[in-house]
Amino acid sequence: MTLEDWILIFAFVALVAAIARPLGLYLDAVFAGRRTVFSPVLRPVENGFYRLAGVKAETEQDWKTYAVAILAFSLACTLGLYALLRLQGLLPLNPQGFDGVAPNIAMNTAVSFVTNTNWQAYGGESTMSHLTQMIGLTVQNFLSAAVGIAVAIAFARGFARHPARNGGASTIGNFWVDLTRATLYVLLPISIILAIVFIALGMPQTLAGSLHATTLEGPSQDIAVGPVASQIAIKMLGTNGGGFFNANAAHPFENMGPIVNLIQMLSIFAIGAALTITFGRMVRDERQGWALLAAMGVLFLIGTGIAYWAEAQATPALIQAGVDPAAMNMEGKETRFGVAASALFAAITTAASCGAVNAMHDSFSALGGMVPLTNILAGEVIVGGVGAGFYGILVFAILTIFVAGLMVGRTPAYLGKKIEARDVKLAVLAILASPLAILIGTAFAASTDWGRAGVQDAGPHGFTEMLYAFASAAGNNGSAFGGLTATSDYYTYAQAAAMLIGRFLVIVPALAIAGNLAAKPVTPASSGSFPTTGPLFIGLLALIILIVGALTFFPALALGPLAEATVGRLF
Amino acid sequence: MLQTLRPALVLFALFTLLTGVIYPLAMTAVGQTFFQHAADGSPIMRDGRVVGSALIGQSFSRDDYFWGRPSAAGSGYDARASSGSNLGPTSQALADRVRAEAERYGVAAQDIPVDLLTTSGSGLDPHISPAAALFQAQRVADARRVPIETVRRLIGTHTELPVAGILGEARVNVLELNLALDELPAHEGAS
Repeated sequence: MTLEDWILIFAFVALVAAIARPLGLYLDAVFAGRRTVFSPVLRPVENGFYRLAGVKAETEQDWKTYAVAILAFSLACTLGLYALLRLQGLLPLNPQGFDGVAPNIAMNTAVSFVTNTNWQAYGGESTMSHLTQMIGLTVQNFLSAAVGIAVAIAFARGFARHPARNGGASTIGNFWVDLTRATLYVLLPISIILAIVFIALGMPQTLAGSLHATTLEGPSQDIAVGPVASQIAIKMLGTNGGGFFNANAAHPFENMGPIVNLIQMLSIFAIGAALTITFGRMVRDERQGWALLAAMGVLFLIGTGIAYWAEAQATPALIQAGVDPAAMNMEGKETRFGVAASALFAAITTAASCGAVNAMHDSFSALGGMVPLTNILAGEVIVGGVGAGFYGILVFAILTIFVAGLMVGRTPAYLGKKIEARDVKLAVLAILASPLAILIGTAFAASTDWGRAGVQDAGPHGFTEMLYAFASAAGNNGSAFGGLTATSDYYTYAQAAAMLIGRFLVIVPALAIAGNLAAKPVTPASSGSFPTTGPLFIGLLALIILIVGALTFFPALALGPLAEATVGRLF
Repeated sequence: MLQTLRPALVLFALFTLLTGVIYPLAMTAVGQTFFQHAADGSPIMRDGRVVGSALIGQSFSRDDYFWGRPSAAGSGYDARASSGSNLGPTSQALADRVRAEAERYGVAAQDIPVDLLTTSGSGLDPHISPAAALFQAQRVADARRVPIETVRRLIGTHTELPVAGILGEARVNVLELNLALDELPAHEGAS
């Protein structure tokens, strides 16, 4: 471990905090419908979209209508993408001549990209045509992220709305408007900038299929290329994480060097961090947003520190092979990033529900690999996926307020809104849906031949491969312990079910809470109110997240990474 | 029903056009116009032929070239099938593989820089550490019959350092280093 590496980790956190505020204010302006720098160009486009789609922008929706709109839109996207994947062999812009994708992989991939998971049961450069990458996968990179942002904003409105000022209405916005604005004003302009910067720094962006080379020693090398930069920009910004290539952000074309790596890491966190500030502005108390961001920061630094420490040591397999015990764990890591930037990236991509990887998590040490796993299991609320992390941590905030209320024996309230039985029940449903899918999916996989057939490594590590797969799916993360072969019918369908549960059984309760809260009057803070901006709340929130995660997952972690770290032999 | 279906289908179609056709094609146009070399995959030309990409590693096994890291991409540096080994920290298969890699260098594993024994995440890592290059300098110098100082100097000039001291690791691009070896003047080669 070196001082330089620790400086990198803390500098990264400082940069995220620096980006959060300006971007957060911009998001606030966009979703309030105020004028922004892009309005002169984009307002006419926006209005044109509404006209063609028959959307009345001023009409607000209650939470049920909002939820139905999301479900209908997601269904349309899933079916559209599935059809494209199946038919790609008959369609143009397919320089490699790839066939249509097999039904189970196509279904898994369609669900995966629509739920912002971007789990990839295929190798990109050997499966997907350029047309599919562009009009299928890139599009869902945008839209699934936009849906997440929309839900986050709608949830925040639940707290921000004063029914007395609204004529008693309990609406939470208009999904079609939020979706359109998130895509047009936020994701598209930033992606354009990122894509151009990436190309300038060396990332391919071409419609050609490959670059043919004759290597120095004679054999030819066929190098896959394609419209990479345009997809990688939104892949990071939208916390999608689905790579153009199989090796994802470890591939030198997706992540050429340390500067691009830093930009990508910042892109993953940018919108998720900014949304906390947007929330603070919407409830007219910016400190509320900073408090949430601080709780995220504490959890993030703990995990990152552990991962870096663990990866800076040789693993048992390397030591048994006779490698210098002082060496670092470079298996599955790229030379240009080294251990620190790999551990940092792993923590970021799982704290957010991104799932891009610049090193192979499967080859991390037992404890180093437990950090990304734990980040996912904690619900990806440490910054989190765009939108998803934010409504995730708000659900935990509601639980925290409830627990604090129990401890002091008064009716809990958050931001002046009373938290009542219905809100807590919905919050618990949202918190427990994913763990249920993870534990049942893993238990079933571990106890059947279908599940065990996919495992690569023997011993506790094999169990962790299965646990990680279901955590990644239900958490809508998309990273993997890649040794697992997840292309069988069992894995593709079970994973798809887990992805759907992890996405929509969180979104729908979150929207229900928002609708419930929007209807409640705001009681002004008094001396008896629990302050939700101080270190006490921040600490309690972080603790609740850890306790819920530990209570739910400790047995599974004990069978997997903890057993592996302590057993002291190879398998 | 129609109230929900119409915006769902129309917006899906419009955004597919905007983010799936216009956006990537516009970026391709920008890339091909202003940054064509990068946009094409950073090809390296020698004598009018493409010998590789500056960003992608390739297999080397001759004694007079520096060797890159072991690769799990296809049968090794297959740039159509990027992949890591994904072998875990307590994998016997990993230990056996590392031991076999060490034999290639003919010394104890303990004395070999660890990047030369481990596969990268992509299987296409174009770099090795400066230590891994210096470790091979004697073999390359002997095979080429050049003074080892010449080879060491070449490694030095091809070492990229971390940006601002904290971003990235010191590294050497194996393909570029080997191309530079081939460029060494003939009289040095004869000494």
